[in-house]
Amino acid sequence: MSDSAVVAPKAHVAHHEVHHEELGFWRKYVFSVDHKVIGIQYGITGLLFLLFGFSLMMLMRYQLAYPGGSLPLLGKLFGEGRMPGGTMLPDFYNELGAMHGTIMVFLGVVPLAVGGFGNFVLPLQIGAPDMAFPKMNMASYWFFFLGGVTMLASFFAPGGAAQSGWTSYAPLSVLAGTGQTMWLIGMIWLITSSLLGAINFITTTIQLRAPGLTFYRFPFFVWAQFVTAFLLLLAFPPLEAAGVMQLMDRVAGTSFFLPTGLVVSGQVVNVAGGGNPLLWQHLFWFLAHPEVYVLILPAMGIIAEIIANNTRKPLWGYKPMVYSLIFLGFMSFIVWAHHMFMTGMGTTMAAFFQTTTMIISIPSVVILTALIISLWGGSIRFNTPMLFALGFLPMFGIGGLTGLPLGLNVSDIPLHDTYYVIGHFHYVVAPGTIFALFAGIYYWFPKATGRKMNETLGKIHFAGSFVCMNVVFMPMFMLGLAGVSRRLFDGGASYDFAQPVLHLNVVSSWGAWMLGLFQTPFIFNFFWSIWKGEKVGANPWDATTLEWAAPSPPPHGNFTVAPSAYRGPYEYSVPGAAKDFSPQYEA
Amino acid sequence: MDIPYTVEVRRDTGLNNGKIGIWLFLASEVMLFGALFASYILIRVGAPSWPRGATILNVPLATFNTLVLITSSVTMVMAWASLMRGRFGTFRFYMGLTIMLGFVFLGVKYVEYSHKFHDDLFPRTNNFLAIYFTLTGLHMLHVLGGMSVNAYLWVVGGKMWKTNPAWFTNRVENSGLFWHFVDLVWIFLFPTLYLL
Repeated sequence: MSDSAVVAPKAHVAHHEVHHEELGFWRKYVFSVDHKVIGIQYGITGLLFLLFGFSLMMLMRYQLAYPGGSLPLLGKLFGEGRMPGGTMLPDFYNELGAMHGTIMVFLGVVPLAVGGFGNFVLPLQIGAPDMAFPKMNMASYWFFFLGGVTMLASFFAPGGAAQSGWTSYAPLSVLAGTGQTMWLIGMIWLITSSLLGAINFITTTIQLRAPGLTFYRFPFFVWAQFVTAFLLLLAFPPLEAAGVMQLMDRVAGTSFFLPTGLVVSGQVVNVAGGGNPLLWQHLFWFLAHPEVYVLILPAMGIIAEIIANNTRKPLWGYKPMVYSLIFLGFMSFIVWAHHMFMTGMGTTMAAFFQTTTMIISIPSVVILTALIISLWGGSIRFNTPMLFALGFLPMFGIGGLTGLPLGLNVSDIPLHDTYYVIGHFHYVVAPGTIFALFAGIYYWFPKATGRKMNETLGKIHFAGSFVCMNVVFMPMFMLGLAGVSRRLFDGGASYDFAQPVLHLNVVSSWGAWMLGLFQTPFIFNFFWSIWKGEKVGANPWDATTLEWAAPSPPPHGNFTVAPSAYRGPYEYSVPGAAKDFSPQYEA
Repeated sequence: MDIPYTVEVRRDTGLNNGKIGIWLFLASEVMLFGALFASYILIRVGAPSWPRGATILNVPLATFNTLVLITSSVTMVMAWASLMRGRFGTFRFYMGLTIMLGFVFLGVKYVEYSHKFHDDLFPRTNNFLAIYFTLTGLHMLHVLGGMSVNAYLWVVGGKMWKTNPAWFTNRVENSGLFWHFVDLVWIFLFPTLYLL
């Protein structure tokens, strides 16, 4: 009797404090305003799109390895219009090429890196209860979803999906089929989504920081997302403008990108003319170069977290890294025309853009060097996230350094639009960014689910992916140096000079299919660990940053007690401390 | 769970969330219209000949529309200022006036557009008209967007004013910032397209 009298009011108080809202299934998991649910929605959708975009490429790789060959079994599924008798038609190849690029960049990597990790981790790392504008956050995901659906639906448009490459260069794209119109509409949804997200990230970072969390106490990941959000905010609108103009060209018959006297198939096209195809390229790359940094900065952020945690050392050169990041952000707006050395824009312009391009390589090298030096003298724990992080460093290094000859006008001319370029940027994005994303998934999975992913499967996934990535992309440098152009339907088979290197296409293709195979341990591990993984507490990695103060998984509202930050983000192995990590949230 | 600083300002930044959000949004809008103006310049300097706006477009009507938008910006400020003084009735009056002026602007624009179509002048006719219709069309969408937000605040305002007057006032202020931006875009559009 007396016991229940004491217990009852307590239970009542607890109930009142938690302010427990019973939300239905739809509000809790589908139309949720909780940044963690939205982050996971973004993450899973992004992963599915990555798998889909990769499948398109695996299909293309068959045509590249065995040009004109009939794809057994699967080939019949695509119908007579696209793969008669299992043999791929050139138009279908172009569809796959354009959509592979679009899906990987705009629907796969960015949504996972920014929408997924940014949404899930950033508010936790700054000790916020949620994003500053939760409803806008939900809207951001659903606009992204609409964009994705529009892009996918475009495969069923008359004439198929967009075929003008992910860059949609005019005038080719203006004269292309209906799929291109859907591509443009899809892009406008995606731009709206990223605009809402960017506003939210910046406002949240500035306003909802925990007490004591000054800017120089931010984990590097927060800085990376903060700078990335500015790039998204300011670089995407010019592409939106360009998209509107291309839509006008296609739908209203204007000639923004169509020059006077344009001849197609021997016929003068009946348009007013006076437009400028280069204008599209300028506007496109004004977005798409900062976009490159949108792809890589969050990855660097993830890697920095994991390296500091698993070397049990502070990051070497935290402040120079932050300054480099900000400098990278600024510079990324004035390097775009290094994608356009071959357009005849003139040597003065080329000289300017190659100079800025050489300058922007400096902060990237500073960050990479600081990450490598951070390993020095650490007692490294070789767990799965750390293996992926260690894999990232040389892979991103290869990707970055092979970019230097492309940034210089003179050496770009023979390399432009060859497989060398494909090798270069895939090294940055695939074994670079995507490795970082895998590292992040393994690292923050316990925070999201309360369980660790399986280490053995993780190591198989890493070892297989690491080898296969190199088998896929290393031959591309050789193909490119031999002069084989990208976007060739037959992989160069119709050119005499390409004959000695054509076998490399086969190597690369088998690498891609094996890479696909090595993703199965990951997919299995991901789902298995949600229910059967090893249960862990709030801070399984003995980490220092604020997200580990919240329970795993964190409830709606995140922290049981509002956290404060008392020190910098990476105080590992502080001399004289009782344990080898001093969390930010411990006084 | 409540998000902090939706109404009150954070001490070290001196701002609330909405204010930062709207300024970031406007920064992105500057880039959007900036890109279109830049395209206008590039296409114009590359053209062998370019018509003077006044020979094709109706300058008196556009001048009138400029005045309409500037007046609506003033009434917008008056609407917000009324709330700051706690006078909800005056707010309703000025906000209503702002929305009405928006309709006047759209009406004039309708007259202008239909004259053009009547004279067989379409976006596809030449690049001057292409950029004219694209820029003014996009601007018109922004006018419509601003009017929708203002109308929403005008309709549901009574309820929000009673429950959280400070938050409501902030919203009107932010909506006003957007409205001024739309006005400002027009002030750049008018000389660029009609006079130069």
